[in-house]
Amino acid sequence: MLAYAIRRILMLVPVFLAVSVVIFLILHFIPGDPIDNLLKVGAPPEQRAEMMARYGLDRPLPVQYAIWLGKLLTGDLGTAIVARRPVADLIGQALPHSLLLGGLALAFSTVVGVTLGVVAALNKDRFLDRAIMGGVLFGSTLPSFWLGLLLILVFAVGLGWFPVSGARTWSSLVLPVLTIGLGGTALVARITRVSMVDIAAKDFVLLLHAKGLSPMRIQIRHVLRHALIPVVTILALRIGWILGGAVTVEVVFARPGLGTLLIKALSQHDYPVVQASLLMLAMAVMLGTLLGDLLQAAMDPRVRGALS
Amino acid sequence: MTAPSPVSSALPGGLGVLRAAFGRPSGAIAGGWLVLIVLGAIFAPLLTPYAYDAQVLKEAFQPPSLAHPLGTDEFGRDLLTRMLYGARTSLSVSSVSILISVAAGMTLGAAAGYFGGFFDRAVTAVADLTWSFPEILIALILVAIIGPGVSGTMAAIAVAYLAQFARLTRAQIMTLKAETYVEAARSLGAGHAHILFRHLIPNALAPVLVSAMLATGDAIILEATLGFFGLGAQPPTPSWGSMMSSGSALLFKAPWIIVFPGLAVATTVIAINLFGDALIAALDIRDKLGSKP
Repeated sequence: MLAYAIRRILMLVPVFLAVSVVIFLILHFIPGDPIDNLLKVGAPPEQRAEMMARYGLDRPLPVQYAIWLGKLLTGDLGTAIVARRPVADLIGQALPHSLLLGGLALAFSTVVGVTLGVVAALNKDRFLDRAIMGGVLFGSTLPSFWLGLLLILVFAVGLGWFPVSGARTWSSLVLPVLTIGLGGTALVARITRVSMVDIAAKDFVLLLHAKGLSPMRIQIRHVLRHALIPVVTILALRIGWILGGAVTVEVVFARPGLGTLLIKALSQHDYPVVQASLLMLAMAVMLGTLLGDLLQAAMDPRVRGALS
Repeated sequence: MTAPSPVSSALPGGLGVLRAAFGRPSGAIAGGWLVLIVLGAIFAPLLTPYAYDAQVLKEAFQPPSLAHPLGTDEFGRDLLTRMLYGARTSLSVSSVSILISVAAGMTLGAAAGYFGGFFDRAVTAVADLTWSFPEILIALILVAIIGPGVSGTMAAIAVAYLAQFARLTRAQIMTLKAETYVEAARSLGAGHAHILFRHLIPNALAPVLVSAMLATGDAIILEATLGFFGLGAQPPTPSWGSMMSSGSALLFKAPWIIVFPGLAVATTVIAINLFGDALIAALDIRDKLGSKP
């Protein structure tokens, strides 16, 4: 297991380098110049050249990349061009908001999704199964920004139960968590159900029935335990996914997280902020994938051999 | 070159499969809804007396009524009309971009799976990397590079789903190329192109096409999301996403502006999913489709 973990972690290094090159390069193809946003209209060219030199934008690209990566590895994310503050500060302020929102949404979709999936599997092909799976499908097809706006309309404006937006109080988390969580619930419920039904058809379950164990005990103690393996894997994969997918929801609810930071920086062509927030989201995805693979290998020894 | 080959058609009677899919109750309802939406988009000018960009300011912000079944927007434009024309944009943008994505993804995936070697490793590495990222992130960055508008949106969606089709095709080709009929064709002197296009790709087609259909549903949502950020079709061209974008600012004043396009997206995507499920059952290919977190 340890050998597998080390190999799997070492595989992250080239992936990280590839991602960093892509993120670094991509932004130099974005039209629009951050310096233009800073200079007054009609500013003399010398002033422009001075600004370019100050931010290192006059160097050749490979040099810019090497400098950027070197600083990155020491935790220096550069200075935001528009906000004129260290990018690390901006990220440091945004990250906790995103992690909190993503974590709660993940917890919501886990608890609700697994429960619904188990109930559906226990009532396989009956009305309750169809109703749950139909409802869950419906929930997963709503555009998240639209669902968020409707929740605001009903629960914040209509009923006045929760704040419309912002992040000042705990109650402001309810609607965004619901919006993101409902989308993820569908996947968790579907995988739990399919996996429960699969396992329930295995020989060892037949044996348990033959031994005379109560059906409920078999389902919960034996079937569910095995059925949760793919669910846990998918959940780990979703960690990064939820942070990345929360971009829209953060904007709708005006939450000061990574998504809002990214969208704002994109519109202002603030390269260092865009690069850093993309890198954070990318790292969250990579770490989620790593965690998913490690958990799966820990639970299923067959996986460990596959990576040699 | 004519190799006497047992070309097993991957789509056993395309019409038969469609009939089987429509034969299931959920498939029939979903398929019927999709046909209705497509017809509505095609015949939009015949179905509504209004023009999608005709501004009648004194009729602005009207709630749904007999004259305007879905109400009017901030410029007094009939919303049902804009929904029908918006369906044109949303459906064509999402399906064309998925078609581009399928064509490019299949080519890359088939070449990688068939030829192997360094090319395969490179394609697989890039595909695995992009596949693990949320499509919305990839699309946002690409639109930022290409610029907002219909073509930017199409390119962004096409690239965002490329990895999915490349991976799926590659996996199919890898299993298929070990089949004895491929070996037979090769021993009869068939060239690479013949084996790829006559034997491998036709047999790999069914799961790719079904997953393309399901991806079209996701693409409609992605198009709507980009439109919501103001990055999709530009005014006055209506799309479901851009309608919701302008509706979001008027959420409290005229909620119907945003409610109906959202419902159109949701029902269409559900219909695509249900019909896709019916197709999967009719073709019996469930185990070939990988799912994504």
